[in-house]
Amino acid sequence: MRYLPKSDAEREQMLAEIGAKSIDDLFRVIPEEYRLERDLDVPRQHAESEIIDYFRAAGARYPAKHTSFLGAGAYRHYRPILIDAMVQRGEFLTSYTPYQAEITQGTLQAIFEFQTMIAELTGMDVANASMYDGSTGAAEAVLMAMRVTGRHKAVVARTVHPEYREVLHTYLRYREMPTTEVGYEARTGRVDLAALEADVTEETAAVLVQSPNFFGVIEDIPAIAEIAHRRGALLIVSIAEAVSLGVVRPPVEADIVSMEAQSFGVPLCYGGPYCGVIAAKEQYLRQMPGRLVGQTVDRDGYRGFVLTLSTREQHIRREKATSNICTNQALVALMATIFLTIYGKEGMRELAEHNLAKAHYAMQTLSAQPGVKPLFQGAPFFNEYVLQTEEAPSAWAQRLRSDKIVGGIDLSRWYPELKHSTLWCVTEIMPKERIDTTAHLMAAAPVVA
Amino acid sequence: MALSEDSHCKPLGKVRPHQTQNEALVFEKSSPGKRGYKLPPLDVPAADAGEVLGAAHRAKKAGLPELSEIEIVRHFTRLSTWNYAIDLGMYPLGSCTMKYNPRVNEWVARIEGLAEAHPYRPDHLAQGQLQVIDLLQRCLTEITGMEAITLQPAAGAHGEFTGILLVRAWHESQGNARKKIIIPDSAHGTNPATAAICGYTVENLKSNAEGGIDLEALERQVDGETAALMLTNPSTIGVFESRIHRIAEILHAKGALLYMDGANMNALVGKVRPGDFGVDVMHLNLHKTFSTPHGGGGPGSGPVACKKFLEPFLPTPVMVKNEKGEMRWEYDRPQSVGRVRAFFGNTGMFIRALAYILANGPDGLRQTTEDAVLNANYIRAKLEDVFELPYKTASMHEVVFSDKRQAARGVKTGDIAKRLIDYGFHPYTVSFPLIVPGALMIEPTESESKEELDLFIEAMRSIAREVEETPEVVKTAPHSTRVSRLDEVQAARKPVLRWRP
Repeated sequence: MRYLPKSDAEREQMLAEIGAKSIDDLFRVIPEEYRLERDLDVPRQHAESEIIDYFRAAGARYPAKHTSFLGAGAYRHYRPILIDAMVQRGEFLTSYTPYQAEITQGTLQAIFEFQTMIAELTGMDVANASMYDGSTGAAEAVLMAMRVTGRHKAVVARTVHPEYREVLHTYLRYREMPTTEVGYEARTGRVDLAALEADVTEETAAVLVQSPNFFGVIEDIPAIAEIAHRRGALLIVSIAEAVSLGVVRPPVEADIVSMEAQSFGVPLCYGGPYCGVIAAKEQYLRQMPGRLVGQTVDRDGYRGFVLTLSTREQHIRREKATSNICTNQALVALMATIFLTIYGKEGMRELAEHNLAKAHYAMQTLSAQPGVKPLFQGAPFFNEYVLQTEEAPSAWAQRLRSDKIVGGIDLSRWYPELKHSTLWCVTEIMPKERIDTTAHLMAAAPVVA
Repeated sequence: MALSEDSHCKPLGKVRPHQTQNEALVFEKSSPGKRGYKLPPLDVPAADAGEVLGAAHRAKKAGLPELSEIEIVRHFTRLSTWNYAIDLGMYPLGSCTMKYNPRVNEWVARIEGLAEAHPYRPDHLAQGQLQVIDLLQRCLTEITGMEAITLQPAAGAHGEFTGILLVRAWHESQGNARKKIIIPDSAHGTNPATAAICGYTVENLKSNAEGGIDLEALERQVDGETAALMLTNPSTIGVFESRIHRIAEILHAKGALLYMDGANMNALVGKVRPGDFGVDVMHLNLHKTFSTPHGGGGPGSGPVACKKFLEPFLPTPVMVKNEKGEMRWEYDRPQSVGRVRAFFGNTGMFIRALAYILANGPDGLRQTTEDAVLNANYIRAKLEDVFELPYKTASMHEVVFSDKRQAARGVKTGDIAKRLIDYGFHPYTVSFPLIVPGALMIEPTESESKEELDLFIEAMRSIAREVEETPEVVKTAPHSTRVSRLDEVQAARKPVLRWRP
């Protein structure tokens, strides 16, 4: 076995030095009736070349290259080559959680840089070292707000990613923390402020919204904050499309921002691993879940970095911890840090502007076709928008597929009230030609005899 | 205190100090006008962001750094050289299973058709992804001896959460959610934290003189309000609960379930299956047992395997296969505990774990386990004359010593750990499990050759001698690193969590 660095002779020698007759001696403690006396029924040992063949074949089952308008919480952006070149350095890849600060300064400093960049982008004071993903981050942010306020209710916008809401529901299931869902305005696709106003009470710990929301619409954060704060509730803003922060005003009125950083150079990879992160106002720091890296000095006065405020965490506090989270997404956070360093101050603006331009061109071009119109109006969007078609989505999806195009995702699975409505995402990598072709195919409705 | 100039140049164990470069924070290296990127020309009309976004337009750009590509490469490369890693040497962190992370895993996870698959791609276009998920699910069910599985949880603690949700949902379906979870005092901190967030009270179970489960105490403690026992097997002192069947019997007799924390599964794969010895539900850590990289603290992946009676409660969606072999996600699961995260799990980790299983096959997986156990026992045999072994019970994949003898000279486990760094090793796990005062928890894994083990043993013996002869050298270690003994109290008292200009 090529991963095992021992010859049989060495094994024998080691057993002799231990004083064991055979390897079975070391497993004698396992009651005989439970010992597995057969081979596991798993595939036989494969050569490296065979492993590559297997996964290549699996990857090739998706026929040829498709153009995809899918977004909805997972975004395809260009990933600079440097990201994989750097994260595949064994010193980053094969190192553990930085408990021993002296020999993990590389990871620690990179996380400190990540925390700084996230704080800068979101307009918050502090950010943590990462969470599993945007959905669990949002749920943990709600729990954090409950600890901060001592209140036990949450008001959640229906325009928050439906799967994030499902996860929140699971997290709150056994905590007697009722949530109320607030609908959206039919015209704009934004949170219904009047309904929100009615639902937020003196018992509300947190108002959770997403911006850009699940429909791609940018919410009126100052107005929502005003409503939440008037009743002493915290405002949590979830951000699923992080690239938007290059050109969209950060939610500075929020108390907590929960972000999915996948857009920052993390491959789609069929849904994970991604990178959640929680940022917040400084006064809520001690109720934050997850790891935090802080700056300090060593015994000679040199600057260095350590994991800090760990008295919040499970390995110290056990059942009284702020969360049970242990492993986070350090390597994925490193991808995001490298991505943000490559684009930098100017590049993030330019990248976001390209997304904005392409998405607006696509929205205009597609909705100029007969039988296609934008569902929402009167509120800004970034790189996602909802189209309503006269035809059922399955009809035009078939035509698009003939040209290797996957169109917007049908929203009826989450919003049964939205008929023939699909969510479209257009990022900087979408060529104009593919947008034009898609528009052409959308228009080509079959003639009804 | 530093060692003399002279000793800085001498090899110590397998290392010799070498040059490392200074590197400022990325923000301190930034200067306006530098670029590390180039976008292609925009092929559609530009949008006037101010006009399109109105009040939602970002007026001030975020304070991100501005650097050129070569500076970015050097920045992250220099940072990387400040890390210790498995690729550099033995990393015997007990309970963390720091084994070799095969390179082919990284390569196959980046195959375009897999890495670029959108999670909402229609199922009929995702058969390649589903094929990987299906095979991994079948392999893990076979390895654990369980009957159903979800790959959705993002990490071990997230798997615990999912597993205890299953326990709770099942009890509820039986008419009583029950009130408490019993957890041995040797358990990982995530166990009690998990029980608490699932709405259970935690009841501690004191370990017996051998460091295992005290059956009499367990029998007294388990009652009609006990939902489950969360058991790590082998335990955190590396000992297999040889009376595991009695433990399961005691629980099942009172209608309670047996949850197994699979953190130490590296001691069992191919030799014994938890499903065969009475476990009802357990999680695995793909980043421990199945070689996916730890990456400085994640991403992990924490599949949960269970017996058939718990299957209806698994998180949605669940993958199903028809008679033609076509796979799809099934969302309509009325008894499900719900989603525990968006999408389907850390799919990139599934690819790597499956590549590891394929590389090993049944014979390789068994040999891996045997070598992991052999390595731990070899270290035990070679060090038990100089370090105190609090529990004499047979060791599996890890061995736990205590610093009792060294503490008499004023040297603690944390000091010995820091001194190991000077000898070119990552320290073992310090001061855990809590049932061993001053614990040195050593898990070599199967990935260490006899040569590397011998160097480690020699380093430990040498440090034990230093404790006798020159304890100050140990108490002030490490002496070979860029920074030493960072001030954690100051870091926590006045938190500086971000750079400011």
